[in-house]
Amino acid sequence: MPSVAFTRNLQRHVACPPCVVAGGTVRESLEAAFGLYPQVRSYVLDEHGALRFHMAVYVDGVPIADRRGLSDPVPDSGEIYVMQALSGG
Amino acid sequence: MADQLLVSTRKGLFSARRKGGSWELEAVSFLGDNVTLSMIDPRDGAWYAALDHGHFGAKLHRSRDRGATWQEVGVPAYPTPPEGHLEKDFLGREIPWRLIRFWSLAPGLASQPGLLWAGTVPGGLFWSEDCGDSWHLVEALWHMPERRKWAGGGADAPGIHSICVDPRDGNRVVIAVSSGGVWHTQDLGKTWSAHTEGMRADYAPPELVSAPESQDPHRMVQCPGAPDSWWIQHHNGIFRSTDNALSWTEIVDVRPSVFGFPVVVHPRDPDTAWFIPAIKDERRIPAEGQVVVNRTRDGGRTFETLRRGLPQAWAYDLVYRHALDLDASGEHLAFGSTTGSVWISENQGDDWSTLAEHLPPVHAVCFA
Repeated sequence: MPSVAFTRNLQRHVACPPCVVAGGTVRESLEAAFGLYPQVRSYVLDEHGALRFHMAVYVDGVPIADRRGLSDPVPDSGEIYVMQALSGG
Repeated sequence: MADQLLVSTRKGLFSARRKGGSWELEAVSFLGDNVTLSMIDPRDGAWYAALDHGHFGAKLHRSRDRGATWQEVGVPAYPTPPEGHLEKDFLGREIPWRLIRFWSLAPGLASQPGLLWAGTVPGGLFWSEDCGDSWHLVEALWHMPERRKWAGGGADAPGIHSICVDPRDGNRVVIAVSSGGVWHTQDLGKTWSAHTEGMRADYAPPELVSAPESQDPHRMVQCPGAPDSWWIQHHNGIFRSTDNALSWTEIVDVRPSVFGFPVVVHPRDPDTAWFIPAIKDERRIPAEGQVVVNRTRDGGRTFETLRRGLPQAWAYDLVYRHALDLDASGEHLAFGSTTGSVWISENQGDDWSTLAEHLPPVHAVCFA
Protein backbone atom coordinates (compact mmCIF):
# COMPACT_ATOMS: atom_id res chain seq x y z
CA MET A 1 0.00 0.00 0.00
CA PRO A 2 1.27 3.54 -0.73
CA SER A 3 2.79 5.66 1.97
CA VAL A 4 2.13 9.38 2.36
CA ALA A 5 4.49 11.81 4.05
CA PHE A 6 3.86 15.51 4.60
CA THR A 7 6.45 18.26 4.86
CA ARG A 8 7.52 19.13 8.39
CA ASN A 9 6.51 22.72 7.72
CA LEU A 10 2.91 21.59 7.45
CA GLN A 11 3.15 19.65 10.69
CA ARG A 12 3.86 22.91 12.47
CA HIS A 13 0.22 23.80 11.83
CA VAL A 14 -1.60 20.46 11.87
CA ALA A 15 -0.57 17.01 13.04
CA CYS A 16 -0.04 14.66 10.09
CA PRO A 17 2.60 11.98 10.70
CA PRO A 18 3.50 9.64 7.83
CA CYS A 19 0.84 7.08 7.07
CA VAL A 20 0.16 4.06 4.90
CA VAL A 21 -3.08 4.17 2.97
CA ALA A 22 -5.02 2.39 0.26
CA GLY A 23 -5.16 4.07 -3.15
CA GLY A 24 -4.31 3.58 -6.78
CA THR A 25 -4.04 7.27 -7.65
CA VAL A 26 -2.78 10.38 -5.94
CA ARG A 27 -6.38 11.49 -5.37
CA GLU A 28 -7.39 8.20 -3.78
CA SER A 29 -4.28 8.08 -1.62
CA LEU A 30 -4.55 11.66 -0.42
CA GLU A 31 -8.27 11.27 0.29
CA ALA A 32 -7.42 8.27 2.44
CA ALA A 33 -4.79 10.32 4.27
CA PHE A 34 -7.27 13.17 4.75
CA GLY A 35 -9.59 10.59 6.27
CA LEU A 36 -6.99 10.18 8.99
CA TYR A 37 -6.19 13.89 9.23
CA PRO A 38 -9.24 15.86 8.05
CA GLN A 39 -7.76 19.26 8.86
CA VAL A 40 -4.88 18.74 6.44
CA ARG A 41 -7.08 18.85 3.35
CA SER A 42 -7.47 22.60 3.16
CA TYR A 43 -3.75 23.12 3.68
CA VAL A 44 -2.87 20.98 0.65
CA LEU A 45 -5.86 21.42 -1.68
CA ASP A 46 -7.92 24.49 -2.57
CA GLU A 47 -11.70 24.62 -2.31
CA HIS A 48 -12.06 22.95 -5.70
CA GLY A 49 -9.88 19.98 -4.81
CA ALA A 50 -6.89 21.11 -6.86
CA LEU A 51 -3.38 21.16 -5.48
CA ARG A 52 -2.60 24.60 -4.07
CA PHE A 53 -0.45 26.69 -6.38
CA HIS A 54 2.53 26.70 -4.04
CA MET A 55 2.35 23.04 -3.09
CA ALA A 56 4.01 20.07 -4.76
CA VAL A 57 3.33 16.34 -4.67
CA TYR A 58 5.88 13.73 -5.69
CA VAL A 59 5.30 10.05 -6.34
CA ASP A 60 8.51 8.06 -5.97
CA GLY A 61 10.48 11.24 -6.56
CA VAL A 62 8.59 12.40 -9.65
CA PRO A 63 6.35 15.51 -9.51
CA ILE A 64 2.77 14.71 -10.41
CA ALA A 65 1.45 15.84 -13.78
CA ASP A 66 -2.23 16.32 -12.95
CA ARG A 67 -2.29 19.03 -10.30
CA ARG A 68 -6.01 19.55 -10.69
CA GLY A 69 -7.43 16.07 -10.99
CA LEU A 70 -4.66 14.29 -9.03
CA SER A 71 -5.15 11.31 -11.36
CA ASP A 72 -1.50 10.25 -11.47
CA PRO A 73 -1.21 6.53 -10.71
CA VAL A 74 0.53 5.34 -7.56
CA PRO A 75 2.25 1.92 -7.45
CA ASP A 76 1.20 -0.42 -4.70
CA SER A 77 4.28 0.39 -2.64
CA GLY A 78 4.65 3.95 -3.93
CA GLU A 79 5.88 6.78 -1.76
CA ILE A 80 3.92 10.02 -1.94
CA TYR A 81 5.59 13.13 -0.62
CA VAL A 82 3.64 16.36 -0.08
CA MET A 83 5.78 19.46 0.21
CA GLN A 84 5.97 23.15 -0.47
CA ALA A 85 6.99 24.25 -3.93
CA LEU A 86 9.94 26.55 -3.69
CA SER A 87 8.80 30.12 -4.04
CA GLY A 88 10.02 33.36 -2.63
CA GLY A 89 13.69 32.37 -2.40
CA MET B 1 -12.00 52.93 27.47
CA ALA B 2 -10.28 50.03 25.74
CA ASP B 3 -7.53 48.27 27.65
CA GLN B 4 -6.57 45.71 25.01
CA LEU B 5 -5.08 46.10 21.54
CA LEU B 6 -4.42 43.43 18.92
CA VAL B 7 -1.69 44.04 16.36
CA SER B 8 -1.77 41.81 13.27
CA THR B 9 1.64 41.53 11.67
CA ARG B 10 3.52 39.71 8.98
CA LYS B 11 4.97 37.44 11.66
CA GLY B 12 2.33 36.99 14.30
CA LEU B 13 -0.52 38.47 16.31
CA PHE B 14 0.70 40.63 19.18
CA SER B 15 -1.51 41.75 22.03
CA ALA B 16 -0.96 44.77 24.21
CA ARG B 17 -2.67 45.73 27.43
CA ARG B 18 -3.02 48.93 29.39
CA LYS B 19 -1.50 48.45 32.83
CA GLY B 20 -0.99 51.13 35.44
CA GLY B 21 -1.59 53.92 33.00
CA SER B 22 0.67 52.72 30.21
CA TRP B 23 0.46 50.25 27.37
CA GLU B 24 2.71 47.19 27.12
CA LEU B 25 2.99 44.27 24.76
CA GLU B 26 2.13 41.14 26.72
CA ALA B 27 1.73 38.16 24.37
CA VAL B 28 2.08 36.86 20.84
CA SER B 29 0.10 34.20 19.03
CA PHE B 30 1.01 32.53 15.71
CA LEU B 31 4.60 33.70 15.99
CA GLY B 32 6.23 33.44 12.58
CA ASP B 33 2.95 33.29 10.67
CA ASN B 34 1.37 35.99 8.54
CA VAL B 35 -1.65 37.35 10.44
CA THR B 36 -3.39 39.62 7.99
CA LEU B 37 -6.34 40.74 10.08
CA SER B 38 -7.91 40.35 13.49
CA MET B 39 -11.27 41.22 14.98
CA ILE B 40 -12.72 41.33 18.47
CA ASP B 41 -16.45 40.64 18.50
CA PRO B 42 -18.08 43.09 20.91
CA ARG B 43 -21.08 40.78 21.31
CA ASP B 44 -19.29 37.87 22.96
CA GLY B 45 -15.66 38.97 23.32
CA ALA B 46 -14.35 36.34 20.90
CA TRP B 47 -11.12 37.11 19.09
CA TYR B 48 -10.64 36.19 15.43
CA ALA B 49 -7.35 36.01 13.57
CA ALA B 50 -7.09 35.62 9.80
CA LEU B 51 -3.87 34.02 8.62
CA ASP B 52 -2.34 33.80 5.19
CA HIS B 53 0.01 30.86 5.12
CA GLY B 54 0.98 31.44 1.53
CA HIS B 55 1.68 27.84 0.54
CA PHE B 56 -1.12 26.47 2.70
CA GLY B 57 -3.76 29.11 2.02
CA ALA B 58 -5.86 31.47 4.13
CA LYS B 59 -7.12 30.27 7.51
CA LEU B 60 -9.29 31.66 10.30
CA HIS B 61 -8.82 31.03 14.01
CA ARG B 62 -11.05 31.94 16.94
CA SER B 63 -10.21 32.36 20.61
CA ARG B 64 -12.74 32.50 23.42
CA ASP B 65 -10.14 33.07 26.15
CA ARG B 66 -8.44 36.27 24.96
CA GLY B 67 -5.77 34.52 22.98
CA ALA B 68 -4.72 31.85 25.49
CA THR B 69 -5.94 29.13 23.11
CA TRP B 70 -7.11 29.20 19.52
CA GLN B 71 -9.36 26.99 17.45
CA GLU B 72 -9.15 26.85 13.68
CA VAL B 73 -12.61 27.46 12.23
CA GLY B 74 -14.00 27.41 8.72
CA VAL B 75 -12.98 29.47 5.73
CA PRO B 76 -15.07 30.70 2.82
CA ALA B 77 -15.07 28.57 -0.32
CA TYR B 78 -15.60 30.07 -3.74
CA PRO B 79 -17.98 28.20 -6.04
CA THR B 80 -16.63 25.95 -8.74
CA PRO B 81 -16.67 27.93 -11.98
CA PRO B 82 -18.56 26.54 -14.95
CA GLU B 83 -16.49 24.15 -17.06
CA GLY B 84 -14.16 26.10 -19.29
CA HIS B 85 -14.93 29.38 -17.57
CA LEU B 86 -11.96 31.73 -17.48
CA GLU B 87 -12.73 35.02 -15.84
CA LYS B 88 -10.66 38.11 -16.47
CA ASP B 89 -10.85 41.60 -15.10
CA PHE B 90 -11.35 44.51 -17.48
CA LEU B 91 -7.59 44.73 -17.95
CA GLY B 92 -7.48 41.14 -19.12
CA ARG B 93 -5.95 39.66 -15.99
CA GLU B 94 -7.32 36.36 -14.72
CA ILE B 95 -9.52 36.45 -11.65
CA PRO B 96 -9.37 33.08 -9.91
CA TRP B 97 -12.48 31.71 -8.23
CA ARG B 98 -10.69 30.75 -5.03
CA LEU B 99 -10.03 32.32 -1.67
CA ILE B 100 -6.83 34.34 -1.70
CA ARG B 101 -7.12 36.38 1.48
CA PHE B 102 -9.47 37.65 4.15
CA TRP B 103 -9.58 41.43 3.78
CA SER B 104 -12.34 42.40 6.20
CA LEU B 105 -14.27 40.88 9.07
CA ALA B 106 -17.34 42.43 10.64
CA PRO B 107 -19.82 41.22 13.26
CA GLY B 108 -23.56 41.44 12.80
CA LEU B 109 -25.66 43.38 15.27
CA ALA B 110 -26.36 42.30 18.84
CA SER B 111 -29.73 41.14 17.55
CA GLN B 112 -27.94 38.82 15.09
CA PRO B 113 -25.90 36.53 17.37
CA GLY B 114 -23.32 34.43 15.57
CA LEU B 115 -23.59 36.43 12.34
CA LEU B 116 -20.24 37.41 10.83
CA TRP B 117 -19.36 38.97 7.50
CA ALA B 118 -16.10 38.40 5.65
CA GLY B 119 -14.84 40.38 2.70
CA THR B 120 -12.19 38.63 0.69
CA VAL B 121 -9.83 38.85 -2.24
CA PRO B 122 -10.73 38.21 -5.11
CA GLY B 123 -14.04 39.95 -4.38
CA GLY B 124 -16.34 37.48 -2.67
CA LEU B 125 -18.47 38.53 0.29
CA PHE B 126 -19.34 35.73 2.71
CA TRP B 127 -21.51 35.39 5.81
CA SER B 128 -21.51 32.97 8.69
CA GLU B 129 -24.29 32.34 11.17
CA ASP B 130 -22.22 30.16 13.50
CA CYS B 131 -19.33 32.42 14.52
CA GLY B 132 -17.19 31.41 11.58
CA ASP B 133 -17.53 27.64 11.75
CA SER B 134 -19.09 27.65 8.28
CA TRP B 135 -19.42 30.29 5.57
CA HIS B 136 -21.79 31.05 2.70
CA LEU B 137 -21.12 33.10 -0.40
CA VAL B 138 -23.35 36.12 -1.03
CA GLU B 139 -24.32 34.75 -4.40
CA ALA B 140 -26.14 37.81 -5.74
CA LEU B 141 -23.06 39.99 -5.38
CA TRP B 142 -20.63 37.45 -6.82
CA HIS B 143 -22.81 36.75 -9.86
CA MET B 144 -23.72 40.40 -10.45
CA PRO B 145 -22.52 41.40 -13.95
CA GLU B 146 -21.05 44.65 -12.64
CA ARG B 147 -18.77 42.67 -10.33
CA ARG B 148 -16.86 41.63 -13.43
CA LYS B 149 -15.82 45.26 -13.84
CA TRP B 150 -13.97 45.29 -10.55
CA ALA B 151 -10.19 45.21 -10.75
CA GLY B 152 -7.26 44.86 -8.46
CA GLY B 153 -6.25 47.95 -6.57
CA GLY B 154 -4.79 47.24 -3.18
CA ALA B 155 -4.08 43.67 -4.27
CA ASP B 156 -3.61 41.95 -7.62
CA ALA B 157 -7.26 40.94 -7.63
CA PRO B 158 -10.24 42.98 -6.38
CA GLY B 159 -11.08 42.79 -2.71
CA ILE B 160 -13.70 43.87 -0.17
CA HIS B 161 -11.94 45.71 2.61
CA SER B 162 -14.77 47.55 4.39
CA ILE B 163 -18.08 46.14 5.61
CA CYS B 164 -20.47 48.46 7.45
CA VAL B 165 -23.55 46.91 9.04
CA ASP B 166 -26.16 49.58 9.69
CA PRO B 167 -26.66 49.84 13.47
CA ARG B 168 -30.35 50.65 12.82
CA ASP B 169 -31.07 47.61 10.65
CA GLY B 170 -28.76 44.63 10.25
CA ASN B 171 -30.23 43.80 6.85
CA ARG B 172 -28.60 46.95 5.50
CA VAL B 173 -24.95 46.45 4.69
CA VAL B 174 -22.58 48.63 2.69
CA ILE B 175 -19.27 47.38 1.37
CA ALA B 176 -16.32 49.14 -0.23
CA VAL B 177 -14.19 47.48 -2.87
CA SER B 178 -10.71 48.22 -4.07
CA SER B 179 -11.19 48.78 -6.91
CA GLY B 180 -14.86 48.53 -7.45
CA GLY B 181 -16.73 51.29 -5.63
CA VAL B 182 -19.32 51.24 -2.86
CA TRP B 183 -22.24 48.81 -2.88
CA HIS B 184 -25.40 48.74 -0.80
CA THR B 185 -27.82 46.00 0.11
CA GLN B 186 -31.07 46.61 1.99
CA ASP B 187 -32.11 42.97 2.14
CA LEU B 188 -29.22 41.04 3.65
CA GLY B 189 -27.41 40.61 0.36
CA LYS B 190 -30.18 39.59 -2.00
CA THR B 191 -29.92 42.74 -4.15
CA TRP B 192 -27.15 45.30 -4.58
CA SER B 193 -26.73 48.80 -5.96
CA ALA B 194 -23.73 51.10 -6.34
CA HIS B 195 -23.71 54.59 -4.86
CA THR B 196 -20.64 56.62 -5.73
CA GLU B 197 -22.14 59.91 -6.91
CA GLY B 198 -19.63 62.66 -6.28
CA MET B 199 -16.57 60.46 -6.39
CA ARG B 200 -13.98 60.76 -9.10
CA ALA B 201 -11.18 58.51 -10.21
CA ASP B 202 -8.55 60.65 -11.88
CA TYR B 203 -6.41 57.60 -12.56
CA ALA B 204 -9.06 56.10 -14.87
CA PRO B 205 -9.54 56.88 -18.57
CA PRO B 206 -11.61 60.09 -18.97
CA GLU B 207 -14.84 58.32 -19.85
CA LEU B 208 -14.58 56.14 -16.73
CA VAL B 209 -13.67 58.81 -14.17
CA SER B 210 -17.16 58.80 -12.65
CA ALA B 211 -18.01 55.12 -13.18
CA PRO B 212 -18.89 53.34 -9.94
CA GLU B 213 -16.55 50.46 -10.66
CA SER B 214 -13.61 52.81 -11.25
CA GLN B 215 -13.72 54.15 -7.73
CA ASP B 216 -10.97 52.97 -5.43
CA PRO B 217 -12.03 53.56 -1.85
CA HIS B 218 -9.16 52.58 0.40
CA ARG B 219 -11.26 52.47 3.56
CA MET B 220 -14.84 53.35 4.47
CA VAL B 221 -16.38 53.97 7.90
CA GLN B 222 -19.85 54.80 9.19
CA CYS B 223 -20.44 56.83 12.35
CA PRO B 224 -22.23 54.48 14.77
CA GLY B 225 -23.97 57.30 16.64
CA ALA B 226 -24.98 59.20 13.50
CA PRO B 227 -25.26 56.43 10.93
CA ASP B 228 -26.18 58.66 7.99
CA SER B 229 -22.64 60.06 8.19
CA TRP B 230 -19.80 58.32 6.39
CA TRP B 231 -16.16 58.89 5.52
CA ILE B 232 -13.99 57.38 2.81
CA GLN B 233 -10.27 57.61 2.28
CA HIS B 234 -10.18 57.13 -1.47
CA HIS B 235 -7.22 56.75 -3.79
CA ASN B 236 -8.13 60.19 -5.11
CA GLY B 237 -8.66 61.84 -1.77
CA ILE B 238 -11.11 62.16 1.09
CA PHE B 239 -14.87 61.91 0.56
CA ARG B 240 -17.73 62.40 2.99
CA SER B 241 -21.40 61.51 2.89
CA THR B 242 -24.19 62.84 5.09
CA ASP B 243 -27.04 61.10 3.26
CA ASN B 244 -26.36 57.51 4.27
CA ALA B 245 -23.66 56.89 1.68
CA LEU B 246 -25.89 57.70 -1.28
CA SER B 247 -23.78 60.63 -2.48
CA TRP B 248 -20.34 61.90 -1.63
CA THR B 249 -18.61 65.24 -1.28
CA GLU B 250 -14.90 65.58 -1.92
CA ILE B 251 -12.75 67.20 0.74
CA VAL B 252 -9.93 69.14 -0.89
CA ASP B 253 -6.86 71.12 0.12
CA VAL B 254 -5.76 68.83 2.91
CA ARG B 255 -2.15 69.21 4.00
CA PRO B 256 0.33 67.59 3.85
CA SER B 257 -1.55 65.16 1.58
CA VAL B 258 -5.08 64.10 0.83
CA PHE B 259 -3.86 60.60 -0.05
CA GLY B 260 -3.68 57.77 2.46
CA PHE B 261 -5.22 54.45 3.37
CA PRO B 262 -7.00 54.41 6.76
CA VAL B 263 -9.77 56.51 8.25
CA VAL B 264 -11.63 56.27 11.54
CA VAL B 265 -14.62 58.28 12.71
CA HIS B 266 -15.63 59.23 16.22
CA PRO B 267 -18.33 56.87 17.51
CA ARG B 268 -20.77 59.70 18.32
CA ASP B 269 -19.50 62.84 16.59
CA PRO B 270 -19.75 62.40 12.82
CA ASP B 271 -17.75 65.57 12.15
CA THR B 272 -14.63 64.18 13.85
CA ALA B 273 -12.44 61.80 11.87
CA TRP B 274 -8.77 60.87 11.63
CA PHE B 275 -6.56 60.14 8.62
CA ILE B 276 -2.89 59.31 8.08
CA PRO B 277 -1.58 61.20 5.06
CA ALA B 278 1.03 59.82 2.68
CA ILE B 279 2.57 60.69 -0.67
CA LYS B 280 0.60 58.84 -3.28
CA ASP B 281 1.20 56.34 -6.02
CA GLU B 282 4.68 55.09 -6.70
CA ARG B 283 6.23 56.53 -3.56
CA ARG B 284 3.84 55.79 -0.69
CA ILE B 285 5.81 57.33 2.15
CA PRO B 286 5.02 60.04 4.69
CA ALA B 287 5.57 63.59 3.46
CA GLU B 288 8.97 64.98 4.40
CA GLY B 289 9.87 61.89 6.42
CA GLN B 290 7.44 62.89 9.16
CA VAL B 291 4.78 60.61 10.63
CA VAL B 292 1.63 62.64 11.29
CA VAL B 293 -2.08 62.13 11.81
CA ASN B 294 -4.72 64.46 10.41
CA ARG B 295 -7.84 65.19 12.43
CA THR B 296 -10.91 67.12 11.47
CA ARG B 297 -13.50 68.20 14.03
CA ASP B 298 -15.72 70.13 11.64
CA GLY B 299 -16.69 67.64 8.98
CA GLY B 300 -13.64 68.24 6.83
CA ARG B 301 -13.68 72.03 6.60
CA THR B 302 -10.39 72.19 8.51
CA PHE B 303 -7.76 69.71 9.60
CA GLU B 304 -5.22 69.70 12.41
CA THR B 305 -1.97 67.88 11.75
CA LEU B 306 -1.05 65.99 14.92
CA ARG B 307 2.57 65.07 15.48
CA ARG B 308 3.39 65.28 19.23
CA GLY B 309 5.20 62.05 20.15
CA LEU B 310 5.52 60.84 16.54
CA PRO B 311 8.86 60.71 14.66
CA GLN B 312 9.47 63.91 12.74
CA ALA B 313 12.64 63.09 10.81
CA TRP B 314 13.87 60.19 8.68
CA ALA B 315 10.64 58.27 9.21
CA TYR B 316 9.09 56.32 6.33
CA ASP B 317 6.33 54.42 8.07
CA LEU B 318 3.39 53.65 5.83
CA VAL B 319 0.08 52.79 7.51
CA TYR B 320 -2.20 50.31 5.80
CA ARG B 321 -5.99 50.68 5.63
CA HIS B 322 -6.78 48.45 8.63
CA ALA B 323 -3.83 49.63 10.73
CA LEU B 324 -5.57 52.59 12.43
CA ASP B 325 -8.25 52.06 15.04
CA LEU B 326 -10.28 54.09 17.51
CA ASP B 327 -11.87 52.59 20.60
CA ALA B 328 -15.54 52.74 21.46
CA SER B 329 -14.99 55.68 23.82
CA GLY B 330 -13.59 57.79 21.00
CA GLU B 331 -10.55 58.66 23.10
CA HIS B 332 -7.96 55.95 22.36
CA LEU B 333 -6.33 55.76 18.95
CA ALA B 334 -3.66 53.34 17.77
CA PHE B 335 -1.86 52.78 14.51
CA GLY B 336 0.88 50.49 13.25
CA SER B 337 3.22 50.82 10.33
CA THR B 338 4.93 48.82 7.65
CA THR B 339 8.20 49.30 9.49
CA GLY B 340 6.93 47.71 12.68
CA SER B 341 6.15 50.71 14.84
CA VAL B 342 2.95 51.10 16.84
CA TRP B 343 1.77 54.31 18.46
CA ILE B 344 -1.09 54.91 20.88
CA SER B 345 -2.89 58.09 21.89
CA GLU B 346 -5.25 58.41 24.84
CA ASN B 347 -6.43 61.92 24.03
CA GLN B 348 -7.80 61.70 20.50
CA GLY B 349 -4.40 62.10 18.89
CA ASP B 350 -3.09 65.19 20.66
CA ASP B 351 -0.26 63.16 22.20
CA TRP B 352 1.22 59.85 21.13
CA SER B 353 3.35 57.26 22.89
CA THR B 354 5.34 54.49 21.27
CA LEU B 355 4.17 50.96 22.00
CA ALA B 356 6.67 49.20 19.75
CA GLU B 357 9.39 50.06 17.25
CA HIS B 358 10.63 46.69 16.05
CA LEU B 359 7.63 44.53 15.32
CA PRO B 360 7.19 42.83 11.96
CA PRO B 361 5.30 44.88 9.35
CA VAL B 362 1.85 45.74 10.72
CA HIS B 363 -1.20 44.84 8.66
CA ALA B 364 -3.92 45.81 11.13
CA VAL B 365 -4.72 46.92 14.66
CA CYS B 366 -7.92 46.66 16.67
CA PHE B 367 -9.01 47.63 20.16
CA ALA B 368 -11.04 45.39 22.45
